Amino acid sequence: MTNEDGLLSISGLKIEAETPDGWQPIVNGVSLTLRKGEVLGLIGESGAGKSTVGLAAMGFTRPGCRIAGGRIVFDGIDLMDLPQSQLRALRGARIAYVAQSAALAFNPAHRIIDQTIETAVLDMGVPRAEARRNALGLFAQLQLPDPEQLARRYPHQVSGGQLQRAMTAMAMTCRPDLIIFDEPTTALDVTTQVEVLAAIRKAVQEHGTAAIYITHDLAVVSQMADRIMVLRNGVEVEEAPTRQMLAAPRQDYTKSLWSVRHLHKPAAPREDVILDMRDVGAAYGKFRVLDGITLSVPRGRTLAVVGESGSGKSTLARVVSGLLRPEQGEVLFKGAALPPTVDRRSREQLRQIQLVYQSADTALNPRQRVRDLVGRRLELYFRMKGREKERRIGELLDLVELGAKYMDRFPGELSGGQKQRVSIARALAAKPELMICDEITSALDQIIQGEILKLLMRLQQETGVTYLFITHDIATVRAIADEVVVMNRGRIVQQGPKDSVLSPPYPPYTDRLLASVPEIDPDWLTRLLARRQEAG
Amino acid sequence: MLRRTTPAAWFGFTVIVLYALTALFAPLIAPYGQTEVVSPVPYGPWSAQFLFGTDQLGRDIFSRLIYAARNTIAISLAATLLTFAIGTTLGIVSAVLGGVADVVISRIVDAIMALPQLIVILVMLSVVGSSVVNLIIVIGIADATNVFRLSRSVAMNVAVMDFVEDAKVRGESLTWIVFHEVLPNILSTLVAEFGMRFCFVVLTISALSFLGLGIQPPTADWGSMVRENATLISYGDVTPLLPAAAIALLAIGVNFAVDWFLHYASGLRDDQ
Repeated sequence: MTNEDGLLSISGLKIEAETPDGWQPIVNGVSLTLRKGEVLGLIGESGAGKSTVGLAAMGFTRPGCRIAGGRIVFDGIDLMDLPQSQLRALRGARIAYVAQSAALAFNPAHRIIDQTIETAVLDMGVPRAEARRNALGLFAQLQLPDPEQLARRYPHQVSGGQLQRAMTAMAMTCRPDLIIFDEPTTALDVTTQVEVLAAIRKAVQEHGTAAIYITHDLAVVSQMADRIMVLRNGVEVEEAPTRQMLAAPRQDYTKSLWSVRHLHKPAAPREDVILDMRDVGAAYGKFRVLDGITLSVPRGRTLAVVGESGSGKSTLARVVSGLLRPEQGEVLFKGAALPPTVDRRSREQLRQIQLVYQSADTALNPRQRVRDLVGRRLELYFRMKGREKERRIGELLDLVELGAKYMDRFPGELSGGQKQRVSIARALAAKPELMICDEITSALDQIIQGEILKLLMRLQQETGVTYLFITHDIATVRAIADEVVVMNRGRIVQQGPKDSVLSPPYPPYTDRLLASVPEIDPDWLTRLLARRQEAG
Repeated sequence: MLRRTTPAAWFGFTVIVLYALTALFAPLIAPYGQTEVVSPVPYGPWSAQFLFGTDQLGRDIFSRLIYAARNTIAISLAATLLTFAIGTTLGIVSAVLGGVADVVISRIVDAIMALPQLIVILVMLSVVGSSVVNLIIVIGIADATNVFRLSRSVAMNVAVMDFVEDAKVRGESLTWIVFHEVLPNILSTLVAEFGMRFCFVVLTISALSFLGLGIQPPTADWGSMVRENATLISYGDVTPLLPAAAIALLAIGVNFAVDWFLHYASGLRDDQ
């Protein structure tokens, strides 16, 4: 390394993955440099090779992948020549990794503190008591409440946001020079995300740690990174300091990343009501999750239900679809009372209300082909067979912009966005009047999210279907909703037409929710934190 | 698909194919009939005429070994299929329904499992009498407990998936959910278990025959052949070990094949 304060330098990195057709390049000639204490944001849609590059910075490739060319130099050490044993010593101690899902990265059988200090004690030979003290200090620094107590808990006993911060603490215990954050806040809801982002940024700044921050969320990366690199299909699109890139993206692709969040549908007034909920309450055992829910869904429009996780918005969907029996209140569908559970509803009632799930991975049976996934509802509700069914499946696949050529694929052979399209086609096959969309875009990256939302809007115009759209993402609400219901702790906080809910004055909860939505502005987080401090 | 086949798997497949051919074409391969008394000399020595000698009644042991393949394998296969039909269906139904249905079925199964399996089978057989059909049914029921436990626990993981919920919401019947939504997703585990269970059933039947309650004479069977010729062991003759070896070889062959299948099936899942 010629550059004095250069920490990591990757040049001409080529990584290949094994496929049935031989080795295919997935990263093709990426170069980057990182100085000490600098944060680099890696951004791109899924499949762009962000995580692969991030892992390669530790000299690691996923099974079935290999580094085919290029150099990776970390603090003057060539990682490609280093034997496995020394590489292992380097990881954890000098380069650490924070994964997307802390819930999966923690071992559920051990206490959080034991896992946090494991590397420090075993690999660095730090005395146990000292390592423990350090870890507790880090917990406090990451603003985890009551560090002593938290340390003794098991991973399932703390919330997702706390676990994600504990994992950051785990990565920082050995005072590494470089931390790779791989979508650390993607699985969290907005209000928690703010906490985690603020904690990570503060800790990284105070320790002067360099970081590679991988995400598909532009707003997030603009809070965290000094520089941003855009990747697409394993190739660098462009790289620039954050402010410069946000102000003037050079490439068309980068501009398209930026524009996704600007979808906006003008709200249409209601004409007729399709679903009416009157004072509905529900509980899991003794635990009340819904209380006094009274709302109505306008026909042919989109009602968005917003709230953070645990607000009861998914339970609302379960009650409407008949999966959970409400304890009180009634649900009217087209003016008639809807039986409380699925097995009491007629096939016709079941057909009219369709549910689309958040995760198409678990909602599509992996052993069924697209043909069967979509076609089953045609058999069940319309007794279609043979050529007629075949033709209709083709139409439905065209409708969701997939095309008949996907008919014989298994879900495992489709991308995330394509799977969600199949889910939508499957629901449309029933010709539903009401479609309940439960966080259907939250597992997708921004570009795909935009495409799916556009698709849904087009389908509504063409078929007049009503959406009950459940989401925690305000940008999605702006894009698609006509009316909005804000929920918190099982109760409705605010409801009304979109324009009135999304403009001030807000009730306190709505205000907090809206303020937590990251904006594509490098000063947003700083401003938000300052405002909160003022408020006390 | 065959690209990644290991030598052990090849060995397993070869053994299975050889046994299957032997069972299918027993009358063509065997030089004598299975009940035919061909020699006046009991316990005759190995010779060119009687390859592995003769048994206590002067029947050709080589011929009986071949016929026994047919009897033992056919009965075991039938019993194992019955075991899986009962165990898998109840297991998945239990997992999908949950609640009271699950508790009732599981406790009944626990009650059967609380008793040593061989004793349960012996008692049931002594009540209903030992015929081929009874043997298949009794083993099928007693052994279904193990399959029930396995398929229930595997099906539990599938039953909580959204696609099962989706099937309920769109109004599918329990039968559809069990056989179309859940079963295909646990099939690879079940196929692997089928191989293992099959070996155990062969052993159970042989053990029962050895005790005199299994396949009844004069029908040839590896288990009873061990017992009939057991005296020869004291004279240093290895002949009684031949049917035992036949059982062992089959068990090893099936297990090698199953191991490969499990590996292949899990590899397939990694790709998805």
